[in-house]
Amino acid sequence: MTGGGVIQSIDYAAVAAPLVLALVAGLVLLLDAFLPARPGGARLLGLVTLGGLMAALSVVAVQAASGGTRRTFCVPASLGGASAPGQAATGQAATGRAVAASCSFVADRFSLVIAAVVLAAGVIVVLLSMTEIATSRDAGPDDRGRIPAGEWYFLLLATLTGAVLLPASRDLIMLVVSLELVSLPVFALTALRRHDCRAAEAALKLFLVSVVSTAITLFGVSLLYGVTGSVHLDRIDAALRTSDGMTGGTAGATAGDMARVTVVAIVLVAAGFAFKIAAVPFHFWAGDVYQGAPVPVAALLSVVSKASGFAGLILLLTYALPGKAAVWAPGVAVVAALTMTAGNVLAMRQRAAVRLLAWSSVAQSGYILAPLAVYAVAPRAAVGASVAYLVFYAAMNLIAFSVVLLVARLPEGQDLEAYRGLALRSPAAGLSLAFALVCLAGLPPGLAGLFAKIVVFRAVVDGGLGWLALVMAANTVAGLYYYISWTARLFAPPAAGESRTVSARAAAGVAVAVTVAVTVVFSVAPQVVLSVSG
Amino acid sequence: MSWLPIALVAVPLLGALAAFVPAVRDSAVAWGIAVSAAVLVLAVALAAVFDYARPAEMQLQTDQPWIPGLGLRFHLGVDGVSLPLVVLTALLTFLCFVHLAGHPPEGGRTGGLVVTLLVLEVGMLGTFLALDLLLFFVFFEVVLVPMYFVIALWGGAGRRQAAVKFILYTLLGSAVLLIGLLVVWTQAGTLDMVALAGRHGSGIARSAQILAFLAIGLGLAVKTPMWPLHTWLPDAHTEAPTVGSVLLAGVLLKMGSYGFARIAIPVLPEGAAALAPWLGAFAVAGIAYGSLACLAQRDLKRMIAYSSVGHMGFVLLGFASLTPVGLNGALFANVAHGLITGLLFFLAGAVKERYGTADMVRLGGGMLRRLPYVGSLLTFACVASLGLPGLAGFWGEMLALLGAYRPAAALSRPLFLVFMAVGGLGTVLTAAYFLLMLSRVTHGRAVETVSPAGPPEPAASLEPAAPLEPLPLEPALPLEPAASLEPVPLEPVRPGATGAAGAAVGAAVGVGTREGAEPGRGRRPFRDATAHELAAWLPLVALIVLFGLWPKALLAVTTPAVQSLLGSGVAP
Repeated sequence: MTGGGVIQSIDYAAVAAPLVLALVAGLVLLLDAFLPARPGGARLLGLVTLGGLMAALSVVAVQAASGGTRRTFCVPASLGGASAPGQAATGQAATGRAVAASCSFVADRFSLVIAAVVLAAGVIVVLLSMTEIATSRDAGPDDRGRIPAGEWYFLLLATLTGAVLLPASRDLIMLVVSLELVSLPVFALTALRRHDCRAAEAALKLFLVSVVSTAITLFGVSLLYGVTGSVHLDRIDAALRTSDGMTGGTAGATAGDMARVTVVAIVLVAAGFAFKIAAVPFHFWAGDVYQGAPVPVAALLSVVSKASGFAGLILLLTYALPGKAAVWAPGVAVVAALTMTAGNVLAMRQRAAVRLLAWSSVAQSGYILAPLAVYAVAPRAAVGASVAYLVFYAAMNLIAFSVVLLVARLPEGQDLEAYRGLALRSPAAGLSLAFALVCLAGLPPGLAGLFAKIVVFRAVVDGGLGWLALVMAANTVAGLYYYISWTARLFAPPAAGESRTVSARAAAGVAVAVTVAVTVVFSVAPQVVLSVSG
Repeated sequence: MSWLPIALVAVPLLGALAAFVPAVRDSAVAWGIAVSAAVLVLAVALAAVFDYARPAEMQLQTDQPWIPGLGLRFHLGVDGVSLPLVVLTALLTFLCFVHLAGHPPEGGRTGGLVVTLLVLEVGMLGTFLALDLLLFFVFFEVVLVPMYFVIALWGGAGRRQAAVKFILYTLLGSAVLLIGLLVVWTQAGTLDMVALAGRHGSGIARSAQILAFLAIGLGLAVKTPMWPLHTWLPDAHTEAPTVGSVLLAGVLLKMGSYGFARIAIPVLPEGAAALAPWLGAFAVAGIAYGSLACLAQRDLKRMIAYSSVGHMGFVLLGFASLTPVGLNGALFANVAHGLITGLLFFLAGAVKERYGTADMVRLGGGMLRRLPYVGSLLTFACVASLGLPGLAGFWGEMLALLGAYRPAAALSRPLFLVFMAVGGLGTVLTAAYFLLMLSRVTHGRAVETVSPAGPPEPAASLEPAAPLEPLPLEPALPLEPAASLEPVPLEPVRPGATGAAGAAVGAAVGVGTREGAEPGRGRRPFRDATAHELAAWLPLVALIVLFGLWPKALLAVTTPAVQSLLGSGVAP
C-alpha cells in the first residue's frame, strides 16, 4: 500500500466509494447536456443517481464485510512532521503512533458506518428529489419555479462525495476540503428553485454562515498546525502529548504559551464544526434555512450535513485531541446541554412543520453531542453512543421529512394545521409520521428512539455526568410536548370540509416505506446499530 | 423457559396489530373482548400452574438475550408479588372491553380505542412480568402513548390539557426513573432484577444507593402518585373516558407501587432505609391531603381520583415501614384499590352517562330510589373503599398502619407512630367524605336538582356553597339529561334486549325505575344497570367480598415473596 519513496501509491479499492460518486456526478452532468430534452429525462437522471448511490453503498458494504482497515495517501514516518517541536526533541520513538506512516485516507469501521448512513440517507434524499422535481415541472407552464434536474443531481452527488470522503479523512487539510465539498453544493441546491425569495434568502444565509464557520475553522487549523507542525491527526495527537510531557520538565514560558494557543485552536476548530451541526450558540441559521430550502434539501441538511459535521468533530476531538479531553469535554457538555434546551424551547412555538423539524433537529444534535462529554472516562462507549444515536436519528428523521414533503405539496401544506386528521385521511402517511414523531420523542411504540435515548443516557450516567443526565431528562419531556401535540393533531378529527389526501407519488412513497421499514427493524433489533457503532 | 408469560404479552400485541385488518376492524369490540378474554384465560392459567408451595421464587421464567449492546435481556417471570397484579390487569382489561360492548365510545372510532387498549394491556402486563431493569422500563413507557390517546381522543371537555399534563408529568417521572436504573446498572453491573434482589444491595455503595433510590423513587412516585407529585391525576381521571379511568386507577397506578416492591426496596435496601422516613412523611401527607381534598370536591370522578391519592398514600406508608407486614399490607391495598376504584370509576362513568354530569350537587339525591342497582353498587363500592372490615379495602390499610406501628429496626419508631396516627386520622376522614358523598347522592329525596323553591337538602346544607351554586344553572337543567342521553333509548330497557353478555345477568336487568322521574316535569326516566354493565361490575364485587372475607387468599401468596424481598436481615 505505502510506497517506499516520496511517490505515493494509491489504493483505489480504498477510495472506491467516493470515486464512484464523483464519476457518476460527472456522468449525470454529461447526460443532462447531451440527452435530448424529453419529459422522462429528469426521471432518468434520478435513476442514474440512484444507481450510483447504490453502487457506492455496495462498495461500502463489501469493504465492511471484508473487514480490516484500508489506508491510502500515506506519508512514511521519515517524511513530514519532523519539524514538530516536541517530536524533534524526544525522538519519534517516544510515542508508538508516530512511528508508523500517517495516512490521509483511512477506511475503518467509523468511516464506513458514517459513509453508509450518509449514502443511505442520500438514497432517500434522491427519492424525495424525484418527487420534488416532478412537482416543480407540473407546477407551471413556463420555467418559473422549475428545478433543473441535471444540476440538482450533480450537486447532490458532489455533496455526498464530500460526505463520504469526510469520515475517512485523517488530516486537517483533507478534513476541511471535504467539509467544504459537503457545504458548497448545498448553497446552490437551496437556491436552485428560481424565483423563490425564501429559498434565495435561505441560501444566502447558509452561505454567509458557512463561510464564516469555514474561516474560523481554518484559523483554528492553522494554529493547530503552528503548534504541532503537522496536519495529520495522529501526529497532532503525538506532538501534543510530548509537549504536554515536557511542560513539567523544562517548563518555561513558551510551553505555557503553546498550551494556551492550543486551547484557542481547539475552541476555534470546534466552533467551526459547531456551525455545521447547528450547536448553540451557532444555531440561529437552522430555522430560516430549513424552511426556505426545498424539503429534500432540508432533509439533506438535517441528516447528511449534520452527520458529516459530527463525523468531522468526532475525528478532530478523538483522533487529534484525545489528550486534551480535559479541556474540551466540559465545553462539549455545556454546549450539548444548551443545544438541546434551546432547540426544544424554540421548537415548542413553531407553527410550520419544517421549521419545527429544524429546531427539533437542533435539539437532537444536543443528544448526539452529549456522550462525547464523557470521552475522557470511557472513550469507546462515548463515540459509540454518539454514532449510534446519529444512525437512529437519521432513520427517524427521514421518515418525518418524507411525509412532510408529501403534505407540503398541498396548498398551505407547510402549516401544522394541514396535518389535522391526516391519519384518518391518508392512514399510511399519517401513521408513518406518527411513528416517526413518537420515535423522535423516544417513547414506545417508537422503540428505536427509546433505545437511542437509553444508549446516550447510559453513556452519560456511566461517565458520571449526573447533571447532564438530568438536563437530558428535562429535555426529553420538553421535546415530547411538541412531538406529541403534532402526533395528536394527526389523529384529531379533520376540519370541516377537509378531505384532501396526500397522493403518494411513487418515489416519495417508496422513501416513506423504506425509512419506516428501516426504523421498525431498528426498533425490534437495535443490536443491528449497536454492534456496528460500538 | 415458559411460554405463558411470553403469550401474555404477545397475544394482546398481535391482537392490536390484527385490529388493523379491515375485516377485524368492523367488529372491533367483539375482537377486543375475544383477545382480552384469551389473555384473561392465559392469566388464570398462569395462576393455575403457579407453584403455591414456593411463591417467593421466580417461576415460569423465560430469559432470552434481546439487545446485547445494552445488556438488555427479554427476561420475564412471575412470583407471589406480581401474580395477583397480572391477574388483576387481565381481569380489568377484559371487563373494560365488556363495558365497551354496551357503551361505544363517544368520540366514535371504536376500532382505534380497541387497538389503544390492547397496546395498553401489553405495557401493563409486561411491566408486572419483566425481570430486567431496562425491560421493565420499556414496558413502563409503553403505556404512556396509548393512555395519552385514550384521554386525548375519547375524553371529556378538557381532555387535551389533561392528556398533555398526564404524559408530560409521567414522562418526567420515567426519565428520572431511567437515570436511577442506570445508576444501579453502573454500580452493580447487571440488569437482572432477580440477581439484584438476591444480593440485597451488596456491591452498591451506600451513597449510590441513596442517589439511585431517590431517582427511582421519584420516578415511581409520579406514577403512584405520591403527594405532592399527584397533580396530573385528578385531571386525567376526570377527563378520561370510563375505561381509561378504570385502567388508570386500577392498573397504571399499581405500576408505580409495584416498582417500589420489586426494584426500589429490595435492590437498594440501604437507600430505602435512609429515605423511608421521607417516603412515609409524604405518604401520610398524601393520605391527609387526599382526604381533605375529597371533602372539597363536587365532581364525583374528581373525588374518586383524589381518594386514590389517599389510598395510594397507605400503600406507600406500608412500603415505608420496610417490614413484611407493611409490605404485605401495601401489596394487598394495591390489589384492593385496583378492584374497588375500578368499580367506583365504572359506577361514576355510569352515573355521568345517565345524568349528563358528575357534579354531585347537580346529581341531587335519591339515587337509590331512581337507580336502585347503580345506587346500591355505588354504596357498596364506597363502603368498601372507606375500609369497612369484611371487605377488601380494610385489610391493606390496617396492615399498612400495623407496619407503621412497628417499623423496621433501622427506622425511628416515634416518627412512624406519628405517621400511623395521621394515617389513622386519614381513615376517619376517608369515611367522612365517602359517607358525605353517599348522603348527598344516593340518599335523600329523588330530586334531580335543587329547585329554587324546594327546601334545601339536609346533606347539601353541610357545604355552605352547595345550595347556592346550582341556581344559575337552573334554566338549562331540564334539557341536560335528555341532551346527553342521546344514544340511550328513552324507554326503560327490557331484559335481554342488550344481552350479549350473559343471560343470567340479563335477568336482573331492566328494573328501570320511573319513580325518580317526577310526572309533570318532563323528565326522562333513567335506565338502570344494563347487562353489559352488570357483567363488568359483578366480578369486581365478588372479588371485593372474597378478599374481604378471606384475605389469606392473597396474603398467603405475597407473604413469602415479601419476606424474601426484604431479605433475612429484617425480622418480621
